[in-house]
Amino acid sequence: MLAPEAELKRLMLAGLDGDAAAHRALLTQLGGYLRAYCRRQLARVGRSAADAEDLVQEVLLAIHTRRHTYDPVEPLTPWVHAIARYKLIDHLRRTRTSLSNVPIDDVAELVAQEDHDSTESSLDLGRLLGQLPERTRRVIECVKLEGLSVAETASRYGLSESNVKVSVHRGLKALAAAIAREQQR
Amino acid sequence: MKTDDLIAMLGTNVEPIDRKYVFRAVGAAIAVGTLVAVAAMLLALGFRTDLTTTRAFIFLFSKLAFTIVTVILTAIMLTKLARPGGERRISLGWVALPFAAIVLLAAINLVLAPSARWQTMVVGDQWLECLLSIPIIAVAPFAVIIWAVRRMAPTDLRRTGALAGLIAGSVSATAYAFHCMDDSLPFVALWYGGTIVLCTAAGGVLGPRLLRW
Repeated sequence: MLAPEAELKRLMLAGLDGDAAAHRALLTQLGGYLRAYCRRQLARVGRSAADAEDLVQEVLLAIHTRRHTYDPVEPLTPWVHAIARYKLIDHLRRTRTSLSNVPIDDVAELVAQEDHDSTESSLDLGRLLGQLPERTRRVIECVKLEGLSVAETASRYGLSESNVKVSVHRGLKALAAAIAREQQR
Repeated sequence: MKTDDLIAMLGTNVEPIDRKYVFRAVGAAIAVGTLVAVAAMLLALGFRTDLTTTRAFIFLFSKLAFTIVTVILTAIMLTKLARPGGERRISLGWVALPFAAIVLLAAINLVLAPSARWQTMVVGDQWLECLLSIPIIAVAPFAVIIWAVRRMAPTDLRRTGALAGLIAGSVSATAYAFHCMDDSLPFVALWYGGTIVLCTAAGGVLGPRLLRW
């Protein structure tokens, strides 16, 4: 039932070791499953595909910023499913809908279908980044958008490398929080 | 924002991750919490003064055995519960084990003792001090543990909060045991066990507020 598990887990483990290509491939594949999953779940409460895309992005961001909580001895799919389910319930609570029955054991449902026909989410990265503190925003732009290395970014702004890493990590988490705030309105 | 753009962003400059992060962080939080709790006990209450006697030593040892076994057992559970979907992988029944054991020992102890001594054995001298000290000292380890777990990703916030409260209560009871001179198993079962349960309940109430991510 969990057919893609082996491949997804291989990509995840490589990503945990710092393999960017594997990490990107993982997020792309998971994005497909998550899109189908979120659309299916949100359709049950009459919500649109654009809402689903918001949720897909939230879950991907959570998977990325919380990937240190994955236990490599465990299968990956239940871990992703638990994050998706948690973010789904949280999203519905924030947007004042309730979905009483999302079974936690229904792990197979996460990878039941894929959907790579993405729409644009309502989230505006530029505006979200604008909510971050100046330095955090600049560091994220360098490391995550322009693709400058941590060392280059550090020397550009006169920061230590560990400082840059911490800023990136905090910045991505702040981004997730900014998305949550935006949806609450 | 297009999801592909987000993925491109997240997939740029991917940092390697410490695979043992959760174990290290939970271990470090409990170690720091224990140090703070012991320091608070020493400053506010002080060591018990009669540790030279064998009897005092045996009772200190049995109190510590109860609280430390509880801490270790619950810490292992926290390393699972602090991860997404962890609630599917643990059975919380294990947590009850040390409590069941101490209650059983206390009951045997009471049955064997003359009923005239029961009240002294259960109520002790310092029940009020115990009742107040353990939850108050527990605040510090609770804060440290919650701070650590907020960096993880629990998906059952009520149970995770309760477990954090339980660990904090047990850590606090461990520290308090060095001060406490009430040496009877029924006392330990009721006042140590009871205050730890109280901390657990408080953690369960606070969990959903403190641990959201």
